[in-house]
Amino acid sequence: MKTYITNIGSKLVTKIKGFRITRSVFAYPYVLFMSLFVVAPLVILLANAFISNGQFTFSNFSDLVRDGASLKTLSFSILVGIITTSLCLLIGYPVAFILSKWSSGRLIVLLFILPMWVNFLIRTLSTRYMFEALGIELGIGTLIFGLVYNYIPFMILPLHTTLSNIDKSYSEAASDLGAHSITTFLKITLPLSMPGILSGITMVFIPTISTFAITQFLGGTSAHLFGDSINTKFEHQLYGVGSVMSLIMLALVLVSNYFMRKTNRGEAARNLW
Amino acid sequence: MVEKSTLKKLFERSYIVIALVLLYTPIFLMIVFSFFNTSSFSFSKGMSFNAYIQLFTSSNASTLGQAFKNTLLIAAISSVTATILGSFASIGIFAMSKRSRKIVENVNQLPVINSEIVIAVALMLFFITFRFPDGYTRLLLGHISFCTPYVVLSVMPRLMQMDSNIYEAALDLGAKPLRAIVSVIIPIILPGILSGFAMAFTISVDDFIITQLNKGTTSGIETLSTYIYSSQHTAGGLKPYWFAAFSIIIVVVVGALLLINLRRYKKTPSKRAENSR
Repeated sequence: MKTYITNIGSKLVTKIKGFRITRSVFAYPYVLFMSLFVVAPLVILLANAFISNGQFTFSNFSDLVRDGASLKTLSFSILVGIITTSLCLLIGYPVAFILSKWSSGRLIVLLFILPMWVNFLIRTLSTRYMFEALGIELGIGTLIFGLVYNYIPFMILPLHTTLSNIDKSYSEAASDLGAHSITTFLKITLPLSMPGILSGITMVFIPTISTFAITQFLGGTSAHLFGDSINTKFEHQLYGVGSVMSLIMLALVLVSNYFMRKTNRGEAARNLW
Repeated sequence: MVEKSTLKKLFERSYIVIALVLLYTPIFLMIVFSFFNTSSFSFSKGMSFNAYIQLFTSSNASTLGQAFKNTLLIAAISSVTATILGSFASIGIFAMSKRSRKIVENVNQLPVINSEIVIAVALMLFFITFRFPDGYTRLLLGHISFCTPYVVLSVMPRLMQMDSNIYEAALDLGAKPLRAIVSVIIPIILPGILSGFAMAFTISVDDFIITQLNKGTTSGIETLSTYIYSSQHTAGGLKPYWFAAFSIIIVVVVGALLLINLRRYKKTPSKRAENSR
């Protein structure tokens, strides 16, 4: 027993001694900061979803279902998100594919990313004035144009990174063995670029459904997205229902992130520089 | 056969050109019409520098200047703090045990993947619940919390490329751990720290949603993003001087970035050749 205690004692001493020299101490301020300002707010959000008039309740959930309008907005947002993401992929994939073959591709990709450093509100308003000058009425069409315009760099960038990292000898081997160029693309290049496609889809889809400024500027009076509804709920101090809706959004984020663990937004964002 | 391949090349080239033209048209139009003193894209008022003069003489000039100052101030303070916090954190995370490292890295990933509106709303509820003082305190804490992960993300790869024996060697040669970190590790990871800082700064400047929801209604603090948003809403359209302001910002930003990136592009041709092999 006594040896056991001294054992623990000496282990504790080495731990404390170890504590002094280990470098992981440098992470502690950050860990503390992140627990306070990233984890705790999400916990508060979760708690607020179950609170109404200061009491624990599920009424926020039933309110949301009974209201119906917000859920309709959610399904509409998902539809707009799918259309926007598909358009970004359809337009962006050829861009990334062509540029990955060019020697100057990397410099030109930069040109596609540069507009991202111009405040997105400015770009969105500018497209709005463009439509107004052309006499095009604002609505779902202009909204989708604005969304594609804003988010397409997020699609091109990961796609280009993945496509230019694919070993050229694979497709060369395929065509040497007699495969048609379309077959080569479908069986070699496309499957190998899947991580980039998934990463691009997530980086366009999530911001699209949760955006709110772009809709107000380009959507006219008819189109609202889920981000707008969340913002409106909080503007009207409906914290409970708003929290439930934010949690739905968070669930969407986590689910889509689960599908693209391999390549992530951080990696792509890092490639911007 | 030859004809087919030239046709294909022509098609590819025009595809890229058309895409780029579309991408730059709204920005280009904004710059053009900043010289026509107009609130919409029309030539009716004739060419002048009025919009640029109004930038300094209109009744809103001081608010505009204040918003500009706020944007830079918040970005500067939060990106410097985020850089210091994130760089030391990376060194710490790198030395952690595998399990705790994974947890911290996952939490670090949260603000990166999360939707901005959720971050904004969660922070707002948190600040309200614990009665944080209105205004700059909330904004700075918020900005630091979503900027720091990007610093960590850009420093970590540098640490992983580093030969860990270098640090051990410094210790063996008698350096104290802190000394070894300051004069051995930090110089090696400096490029990562700098690009992390640049990223944190741009993300902070660009932020709209988190600032909009956390600036508070009484503090009266506006950044450029929130001021653009509110002037579009209250005045029912932007005044001409906004076009001028945007044009100046666009030209400065795009020019600076092109310059930085072109220089970097020229500097590393051998490295690129290595990568492409």
